[in-house]
Amino acid sequence: MAAVGTGDAGERVDPLDVTRVRKDFPVFEQDRDRPLVYLDSAASSQKPRAVLDAMTEYYETTHANVHRGVYAMAEEATARYERARRTVARFVGAPSTCEILFSKNATESLNLVANAWGRANLSAGDVVVLTEMEHHANLVPWLMLAEERGLELRYLGVTDDGLLDCSDLEATLDGAKLVGLTAMSNVLGTLTPVRRVAEAASAAGAVVVVDASQYVPHLATDVTALGADFVAFTGHKMLGPTGIGVLWGREELLDAMPPFLGGGDMIRDVRLDGFTPNELPWKFEAGTPPIAEAIGLGAAVRELQRYGMEAVRDHELSLTRYALRTLGERYGDDLVIHGPADATERGGVLSFTFKDLHPHDVSQVLDQSGVCVRAGHHCAKPLMRRLGVAATARASFYVYNDESDVDALADALSSCSDLFCL
Amino acid sequence: MPGLEDLYREIILDHYRNPRNRGELACPPAHRSEGFNPLCGDEVVLYLDVDADGRVVDLKVGGQGCSISQSSASMMSAAVKGRSLDEVRALNRAFKALMSIHESRLDADEGDGSGTDTPVPDPSVELGDLAALQGVVKFPVRIKCATLPWNTLAQGLDEFSTAATA
Repeated sequence: MAAVGTGDAGERVDPLDVTRVRKDFPVFEQDRDRPLVYLDSAASSQKPRAVLDAMTEYYETTHANVHRGVYAMAEEATARYERARRTVARFVGAPSTCEILFSKNATESLNLVANAWGRANLSAGDVVVLTEMEHHANLVPWLMLAEERGLELRYLGVTDDGLLDCSDLEATLDGAKLVGLTAMSNVLGTLTPVRRVAEAASAAGAVVVVDASQYVPHLATDVTALGADFVAFTGHKMLGPTGIGVLWGREELLDAMPPFLGGGDMIRDVRLDGFTPNELPWKFEAGTPPIAEAIGLGAAVRELQRYGMEAVRDHELSLTRYALRTLGERYGDDLVIHGPADATERGGVLSFTFKDLHPHDVSQVLDQSGVCVRAGHHCAKPLMRRLGVAATARASFYVYNDESDVDALADALSSCSDLFCL
Repeated sequence: MPGLEDLYREIILDHYRNPRNRGELACPPAHRSEGFNPLCGDEVVLYLDVDADGRVVDLKVGGQGCSISQSSASMMSAAVKGRSLDEVRALNRAFKALMSIHESRLDADEGDGSGTDTPVPDPSVELGDLAALQGVVKFPVRIKCATLPWNTLAQGLDEFSTAATA
């Protein structure tokens, strides 16, 4: 890896060889009528060949249901599924593999916490603190529970700079039973002070659930260092397949929680008058799990480890700096980028408003140049209201993006101006 | 793949840049109805003034959104102003038929889209400028943008009729 300098101009040497990285992704090798400029990894990342191969090879050679058959092929399937769990556990610094639960996606992971932990621990009048920049996945499960149980919801706001407003942290957290926050905003890219909030929450006696869907794919993660009790993320944003999500939870909390979904695999014994749940982590994995998807996620993690998470972060930081500078120089006040101005306070996610154009129109015109950006409210409608916009366009970066993608975005934006005569 | 010129026809851009009948009307006598597209946050607010003979004597358009939803609202306002409710409903059906051409195409992977099950718009209804929106059917995600003002109008007329007969 190239040395990473921190020159006073804030320049860093990009530690990723993107030309080589792109060769790992078949999607970039297809014949197209225009080059693919994929700037929507915050919605879902592309998949490297290693992930596709791991899943195909599993299906072609040793697919069987897990935790059931005693024949060799089923043992192999189980071994691969559980190996993926160990790979993920090590990747996020989980103290024990039994603390890594596989789910369908981050949304299901968060619903698991709201349903299993929430129903067992929250009752009328209890306080849940969330943030104004949460994705709907970490809002709606709590809104549903609040409606059912009569909970009091409080919110940490967003500053005008796009940062999490912690100016009244202790007072807001006072008496809270649970605090839920994103580690990185999917709209603003803002990295939140998870550790600080978690410490204040612990002091207030609250459990902390972190939505790390945008964080784990892009920054080295140690769940214990975050200070959280639950950390949710999803496979498809981190080079893995769709249909696999993860919840890490502290063992003593998971142990004390009732199961979430009921069915096969999550039980030790079933009688006609009751059941005994299985031990961790299978207690929370009802039914046949996404076996191939877990194996694919394991392969994705190994790819990320091969790139190195420090390198991934440095690469995205350098690209974000380049994008902020390039777009700023080229479009000035015509292009408003929401969120922190300092690249070190954000991930590689740029939500923007271009002149008076609606993000749908911007996205439609960019598509003609092969530039894929997301347009809409990004499942964060309360944050949209806070920003005073109905929607934004969003460009997001990952390991396969480089400065040429930013240049393509900047060029394509000028055709928006031309078309709409602005 | 369809080109942008199919979507952003000059007349659409003109209605987007210079929206007709923009504003508000006092309610009552006018009736206010609101439509949202939850996907993209497009919003259309209509103020309908219908006289005792069932004629749209005035209407104004508010709200915000993309070029397609806003130009569609502008064109619709120009098309329905001064029309009887029956004419407005016929126009609405004709416009929906124009848009739903695509819905019947969704099943087909191949072909030029001239499927035999394509609903045929009522030839007696003159769509005028609105016909420029036909290109939207080539961009399935945007159909909802184009139909939002019309759905809002239909909802407004229903509410108006209900209020009138109550």
